[in-house]
Formats: sequence, C-alpha cells, structure tokens
Amino acid sequence: MQAVINQYQEIICTAAENRAPLCIHGGNTKQFYGNATSAQYATLVDTTAYCGIVDYDPAELVVTARAGTRLSELEAVLEQQGQMLAFEPPHFGMFATLGGCIATGLSGPRRATTGSVRDFVLGVRMLNGKGEDLHFGGRVMKNVAGYDLSRLMVGALGTLGLLLEVSFKVLPKPIAEMTFCMSIDERAAIDKMNRWAGQSLPISATCYRNNKLFFRISGVESVVKATRLKLGGEELQKEEGALFWRSIREQADRFFQIGKNKNLWRLSIASNAAPLTIFGDQLIEWNGGLRWLVCDSEDDNRLIHRVAENASGHATLFRGHSVSSGVFHPLSPAILKIHRALKEKFDPAGILNPGRFYPEL
Amino acid sequence: MLREQLIRDLQAILPTESVLYGDEDLRPYECDGLSAYRQLPQVVVLPHTEAQIIQVLQLCHATQTPVVARGAGTGLSGGALPHTAGVLLSLAKLNQIRSIDPLARLAYVQPGVRNLAISEAAKPYGLYYAPDPSSQIACSIGGNVAENSGGVHCLKYGLTVHNILKLRVLTITGEALEIGGESLDSAGYDLLALMTGSEGMLGIVTEIVVKLIPLPQKAQLVMSSFDDVHKAAQAVADVIGAGIIPAGMEMMDKITIHAVEEFLHIGYDLNAAAILLCESDGNVEEVADEIVCIQRIMKQSGATRISTSQNDLDRLSFWAGRKAAFPAAGRVSPDYYCMDGTIPRKRLAEVLKGIEKLSQEYGLRCMNVFHAGDGNLHPLILYDANQPGELEKTEEFGSRILEMCIHAGGTITGEHGVGIEKINQMCMQFGNAELAMFHAVKAAFDPLGLLNPGKAVPTLHRCAELGAMHVHQGSTDKFSHLPRF
Repeated sequence: MQAVINQYQEIICTAAENRAPLCIHGGNTKQFYGNATSAQYATLVDTTAYCGIVDYDPAELVVTARAGTRLSELEAVLEQQGQMLAFEPPHFGMFATLGGCIATGLSGPRRATTGSVRDFVLGVRMLNGKGEDLHFGGRVMKNVAGYDLSRLMVGALGTLGLLLEVSFKVLPKPIAEMTFCMSIDERAAIDKMNRWAGQSLPISATCYRNNKLFFRISGVESVVKATRLKLGGEELQKEEGALFWRSIREQADRFFQIGKNKNLWRLSIASNAAPLTIFGDQLIEWNGGLRWLVCDSEDDNRLIHRVAENASGHATLFRGHSVSSGVFHPLSPAILKIHRALKEKFDPAGILNPGRFYPEL
Repeated sequence: MLREQLIRDLQAILPTESVLYGDEDLRPYECDGLSAYRQLPQVVVLPHTEAQIIQVLQLCHATQTPVVARGAGTGLSGGALPHTAGVLLSLAKLNQIRSIDPLARLAYVQPGVRNLAISEAAKPYGLYYAPDPSSQIACSIGGNVAENSGGVHCLKYGLTVHNILKLRVLTITGEALEIGGESLDSAGYDLLALMTGSEGMLGIVTEIVVKLIPLPQKAQLVMSSFDDVHKAAQAVADVIGAGIIPAGMEMMDKITIHAVEEFLHIGYDLNAAAILLCESDGNVEEVADEIVCIQRIMKQSGATRISTSQNDLDRLSFWAGRKAAFPAAGRVSPDYYCMDGTIPRKRLAEVLKGIEKLSQEYGLRCMNVFHAGDGNLHPLILYDANQPGELEKTEEFGSRILEMCIHAGGTITGEHGVGIEKINQMCMQFGNAELAMFHAVKAAFDPLGLLNPGKAVPTLHRCAELGAMHVHQGSTDKFSHLPRF
C-alpha cells in the first residue's frame, strides 16, 4: 500500500512543480456537489486504489480505514458487529467512498440528534499540497495534542489535502427503530420538533413534507414502546420506515427528483426559524435545522442567500444549474482572508481541487 | 516597548482599575492551575467590553507586544502562564450570560461565564450544558473552548467541540470573525473545530453560542469491585460490546481506592484490585433497561461486589471517592505528579502493568484513575520533592508513561492541553512535518506570533527535553479546593 502513497506523492509533487491542477476523486458519486471546475484540464487522481480497513475493534468504538474504502463495505463490516456510522452519511451511488464522505462532510437524518461527520472524526492521515505524509489527531476518543486539523479536513472538498486514512468513532446500532407519521401544518411541525428536541426523548430523525411530520424513535424496545404512547402518530411498517429514511438520505424521494429548469437548494438555518416565505417546494429535516428548497433555476441566488441569512444560516446550491458566483454561500471578507491564508499554507501551489469549493481556494 | 509607555497607552484605553502593574497586583496572575510554572507579565488588563479588547489588541499588534489570554486560570497545563514581555488579557469581566433561547436550545454567553453557571441558568427550562470538566464550578467557558475541555460524561455527550455552535473571535489585529452559526453547519472550512482547543494561539474568543440539551429524567450508577484489573478492563469492553454507551465509566486501582477510603470513609471495597463506576442516564425506561444489562455484565465479568445506587444521594456518594482522588493523593504523599495520557481501552491492562513495572523500577508509588469509557488515564505519581533526586526520577517516570501511551496508539494529552507543560512531549507524538503545519496554521491567523507565544506547539529545535506537572504539598496548587478527576 505504501507504493500507492508514493505514487500519489509523486503526482502531487510534479503537479506542484508545474502548478498544474489536480482533480481528486473517489467513487465519483458526489462530483455534482461543489463548483464545476475545469476538470478536463486537470490531472485526475483516483483515490480508490488506497482502500481497506486498517483497524477495527468494536469494543473500542473506533475504526480506521483508508479513504478509498467503499462506504457500503465499511457499513457492512460495522453492521456485522451491531455498529454503525452514526451520522448516517448519504452515498449517492454504489461506489461512494469514505474519502468522499469526509471531503463533502455531508450527514444524514440522524445528524440533528447524534452528530455530524466531523463530530465523529478522530484523526486523519493525509498528503498536503507539497506531498508531505501527515498524521493529525489519533485513534482515541480524547486527544487535545495539536490543533484539530483532522476535523478541518471535513467538508473541505479536498482543497487542503488528499485524504489517505481516517479514524472515527462508531456507535452501537439501536436495538429497535420505529417510524411514525402525523398530519400537521408547517409552523406547528417546526414548533413541535424543537419542543421534542428539548425533552429527553429518543427521537433519532425528523422530516416534514406535504403537511406530514415523520419521526423515528430509536432505542431498546421498552423505550420505543413508551415513547410511542407519549408522542402519538401513525406507525409505519418497519421496512416502510427504513425505506423512507433511506429515500430521504439518498435523495431518492420524489421531492428530490428535480426538473430540468429547477434548482435544489440546501438551507442550513436555525432550527426554530419560522416557515420560510419563499416560492418553491420545501422539505424539512433535522428538527427544522435543514430546509431543502426546489425552485426555478432563474430565481435570484442572492434572494435565497438573504432568506438563509435572515434565518441565521447559509444556503448551498446543491443540485442544478451552477452559477459563476459559485454554489456555496459567500463568505465574509474577514473569514475569506483566513480561508485563503490556510489554503496557502496547506497547498502553496494551489493545485488541490482548485475552485471546487470557492473560486479563491 | 518601554513598560511605562505600554502602561500609559493601556490606561488611555481602559479605566484605571482595569490596568494592573504593581508587583502585588500582578502576583495572582503569575500562574494558572499548574503552579510549577510562574512568571509575571508586564501588565494585566481586565477589559469589560469587546471594544476595549479590540483596542488592546490593536495596541499590542502595533507595538509587537505578546498577549496571553486568561479565563478563570484553572487550566492544568500552563496555557495561561503569562509572558514576561507581554500583556496578560483577563476575560474575567466578560461574565454575562447574554440570553438563553429555550426553544432553539442555545445559550449566548461571554467567555468569562463559569461552566456551571450556564447549566444553572438553563435548568429552569429543563436544559443543561453537557461538558462538565471537574473544575466546572470555577472554570470559564472561554477557557473550555481554548482547551476543548471534556468531563466525566464525554463518551456519551462529547467534548466542548461537539457542544458549541458559534464563536465570535478577535484576531491579533482586532478584526472580528464570526465563526460557525446558529445552524448545525456553516459555509466554508470548519474553523469552529480549528478554534476549539487552540489554546489561545489563534484568536481571542469574545462570545460563544453553546448548545443546551435536555436534562436526563434519571441517572443511576452501578459500582463493581474486581479482584483483578484485567477483569475490570474486560468488563468495560463488554459493556460497550453490549451496545451500551454509559453516561460515565470510571475506574480506580487499589492504591487509589485505599487513599480515598482513608480520606472520606465512604465504604469503598478495600479488598478490590479495581473498582468500576458505571452510570446510565436518560429517560426512565432506558435507564432501567441499561442498569439491568450493566449488572448482568458485571456479574459475568467476575465482579466480586456489585452495588447499585437507589437514589441520587447514593449515586453522589459512590461518585464522591472518585472525585476526591486528586486531593486524596495529596494526603497520602507530600507531592504528586499528574499525567493525562489517552490510550485505546484494549491496551489498558498492559499499560497499567507497564506503569506498575516502572513504579518498582523507580521506587515510586503510582495511583491510577481512569476515564475508562474513553481511555483517558490519569496516573498520579507519588513522590517527595524534599528527597534529593526524587523529582528528577519522577519526571523521568512520567515521561516514560507518556511514551508508553504513544506506543499503545494513544496521545500525550486527553484533556488537560499541551500549554507549556507538555510542549516537549509534543515532539514525541508528532514529526517535524506535522509540527511545521501547526506553525503554518498559527501563522495564517497570527503571522507575528504574538498570541500566547511559546505554548502548545514546540519549535523544531526544542524537541529534545521533557517536562511535566508538579504539585507540591498541595499548597502550591491555587485551586486545591477544586475537584480534579
């Protein structure tokens, strides 16, 4: 496996010398996410060759795997031990890799109650833009030695380094899970989700669409039973429930099947923000903290940014027609300055996925 | 810059009483919770507002004066040790809880607010702030952010980094950065994670938005005795293996059990080689289910005695001994030396055996208290600084423990931070390329290196010596009244 790393290092060093951009990719399931780059001019770096689980001991709740490992393979191994990736990452395709999961930093339905990708990352091994082989963080739960550069890699879209290995915390799978559904209007649903989140309840996911609130209860049997009496709602069949959450996570649900002239926006905002007064279809997750919006591609991006800002959050053009100003929410000048300085330190030649995140990075 | 000039310039920014420079006024700031390292700054400032801090930073930047931020000064790694040529910036006066939003489950607080004060203010809404470092009655939330503080409950509820949403940070030039947001994620790089645990090296935090979570309906504790440390370690693995994430899981070895029992007389099992405390919290049904399961596992793992708390009074008395481990060490030995390594749990028995061997080799006793759930080990080496050479022996012993932690796949510091104390051990854990990256990140925020210079990351040429923390006679620890675990 060291030979693969040496190869990556050689590619990076050559690219740095020539200031020739690299396009890092794994299973190509999330290429749609982020800004379109002039990839045809870039050298492709395929990370799938560096794959496999390095270390996994269920009793430690820690797994270390190479970035090219398929998410499906990893999840199958955890499943055998009754454990899971608690942030329920979306795959968006069979070939999704761990590296892509970390680089995009996307989490699924369980995120609001259990935590995000970055919450579970404990350490990384990576190559920076100079081809240096670096280890940050570690394989233990508690570690405050050095700056937290491993979590900095989460969601950085490969602009700071090529991920080699990642260590993260895993959690036991709940013994029982049940999904319920109730009819309710949007304002009341947002209020209810937030109130529930303020109580000691084993709710592990929420979703609101078409005037219906779906919620999932997870835990041991007795807890699930007791909670269902408390909260009410109509019970979904077990398989039906599991399928529902998968279709939300994987965006297989009809809501996400956007038409030709449509854009899918992801608004991450304050969970108790009132219903957004903006034209378009909406789907709500994460107790109100995540609002998906489907609207016309001609709609003004700035308007959507403003709506997100007014709700204390930010907006990402998730799928659709990319624009020159970029798909990610504009950063304040002070924050952008820090971003550029960090990029310059990790990747002085500016060769790692340039432009994929922000034009300046 | 001349000291007189610096003082005059600061007095022009701040009210007279907010600028301290007399020897006697500076003395209380000469060290933090790690009292082995002491030195006086040029001047101490106690601003009340962010606007004042901005002006102080602008002045320090213009005059290239080092700035060391300080919260409550309870840190155990010397992170708030003053710089002899610099300004000590106390954030103690920024101590307001600005607001609590019970529906959004957020608290807006200033850095000088005490950790426990947040939970107290949130309690009427049935909420609390989860990270609970043992010094929580005194330590400030700003300090918690700087150190990424944990607590007894972090296996289940996470560290500071998992429980904050937003920071307002001033750079050394006085520029304000809004990092994170009221949403669960924000645009751009995860600067919130980078700032957390950065030990005052990157910026000065002036406001924090913390997450509040619902108070558990119930908490219950199972205390088990084992005649063998291996069996206790296996019991920990079995609890996790059964799919339980305990709210707290703590282990004490024989010498610790005896030391605390002598001190508090709470009825700990003196025949035990190890005692395991395992707490469950949550809603009533969940706790009932987990407690039964934990009891069964303890029995199967060969526990020689199992007690379960019947009420909160019980539970707190079971905890009392564990929480008194540090003061108990101070009673059985003139001095003790505290380590803070983390290891993978499966290596526990082996590491403990290694420590025991070293203990014999050096002729020094060592108590072991252990956050068993997350692998964070606190060996307390007992020694007498008045015996010639014993201090040096202790330092060497400690250094070899940390080396062992690294070799076991762990880290030199789980929760106390690097500060000045473990600056040399950083060289054991990281190579030159990683250390150079740390310096580069520092430079991205603070190119002149004025914020807390000399802490957290060693210069490459420094990587040779070893250092450690010492507590002499208990008396030199200014916070000896605080629980430490």
